[in-house]
Amino acid sequence: MSTVDTRLARKPAEYKSDIKPIWCPGCGDYHVLMSFTRAFAQLGLPPEQIVVVSGIGCSSRIPAYTNCYGFHGVHGRSLALAAGLKVTRPDLTVVVASGDGDGYSIGGNHFLHACRRNIDMTYVVMDNRIYGMTKGQPSPTTEPEFDTALSPGGTRVRPFHPLVVALASGANFIARCFSGEPNETAAVLVEAIKHPGFSFIEILSPCVTFRPDEKSWKDLVHPAPVTATTDPGKAARRIMTDDGFNLGILYRGNREPFQPAIGATGVDLSELEKDFEL
Amino acid sequence: MSKAAGSPKVADLNDLLAVAYQIEIDAVERYNLLADQMETHNNPELVKVFRDLARAENIHGEEIRRLAGDFDVAAHARQIAKFERSESPEQADLGSAHYLMTPWHALQLSLAGEERALAYFTSIVETAKDPKVKNMAAELVEEEAEHVNLVHRLLRRYPQPSESWAEDLDPPVSQE
Repeated sequence: MSTVDTRLARKPAEYKSDIKPIWCPGCGDYHVLMSFTRAFAQLGLPPEQIVVVSGIGCSSRIPAYTNCYGFHGVHGRSLALAAGLKVTRPDLTVVVASGDGDGYSIGGNHFLHACRRNIDMTYVVMDNRIYGMTKGQPSPTTEPEFDTALSPGGTRVRPFHPLVVALASGANFIARCFSGEPNETAAVLVEAIKHPGFSFIEILSPCVTFRPDEKSWKDLVHPAPVTATTDPGKAARRIMTDDGFNLGILYRGNREPFQPAIGATGVDLSELEKDFEL
Repeated sequence: MSKAAGSPKVADLNDLLAVAYQIEIDAVERYNLLADQMETHNNPELVKVFRDLARAENIHGEEIRRLAGDFDVAAHARQIAKFERSESPEQADLGSAHYLMTPWHALQLSLAGEERALAYFTSIVETAKDPKVKNMAAELVEEEAEHVNLVHRLLRRYPQPSESWAEDLDPPVSQE
């Protein structure tokens, strides 16, 4: 992240744009937006030093609702955009927002390699286990028995386990949050942004329109009974065996972030150009 | 000194006034957000209800500011009045919003908020050692109790809607 001036007391409202969100009333993404602005205020970052990058979907509307720089990008490609931005402008704080469809299906491959590269940025996936914007198709995290006209009898396909995939692929910070707890989520976001390398936060964010059953999540979530571990083996066992509603920072790695040198490489390009001469 | 889990520390009268002020301001922000949502989703009746609630909370905030006199209660609130492990007591639950909600639902949200604020200030009365804090908290308890009664009175005007209140003949759900 960029340098923080803690002397400046900032208010969350400073990070909100004038554009009113058009999410459905009751949508968890309102809380996530609140967590973003609270976290940015706690960090005291000037809005112009933050870039919020997103792909496509309900959750990916979030850059427009902030007063920071934003890039509402191509479906599933938010991480590619963000990676390019961060390696060329390491002074900026880059936060990437996505949903379970955009992030795990269309952008699934980018997710793996973003974890592997470990570039210093924060990836937030608002997981509602459905494609909300396109009216309720099952996503990679939808339960196999989710039975609707669009998935008769359920998908019968094992859901993706994003936290395990992130850990196995090399993410340096892994957490799970619940949108209905915006203060706790903001606190985790602050930690994620401060942590060097690729930080991944899955935020359980109910879709009240296509998954009204997810309103029950507020009764199911609970704080993780253990503190974050730096041991990936221990983290793997915890994440693999928890109930999916365990909240908090679950893993803090210590891998060195990937940051290629910028500017002159010292390579004499004329030699290379000779190879391409006709 | 009083400190419920995740609540701001209330060490003296200035702290208490700052927290009380912040609670009202947080409620204003939340009601305005709900009003904006209702505006976007074309529920004008609820826009009015939430804007009215926001205005009422703003008046309460200004009353606390007046009580604080020359002390800059807003600036102090920004420093100390942070609810870390829960939402500010009077903030309406965003997760309970619905685009077809009725004034009865809005008032239920308001009632829950006022009751949380009442419980919060009651806990300060019970735990505060400083008599000034205790006395002011007791005044705030009375105030919140009056707000609870007011919402109950308003609810008499808006009876509970039928069970089919959320039925939409042209629903956004296209899958079934």
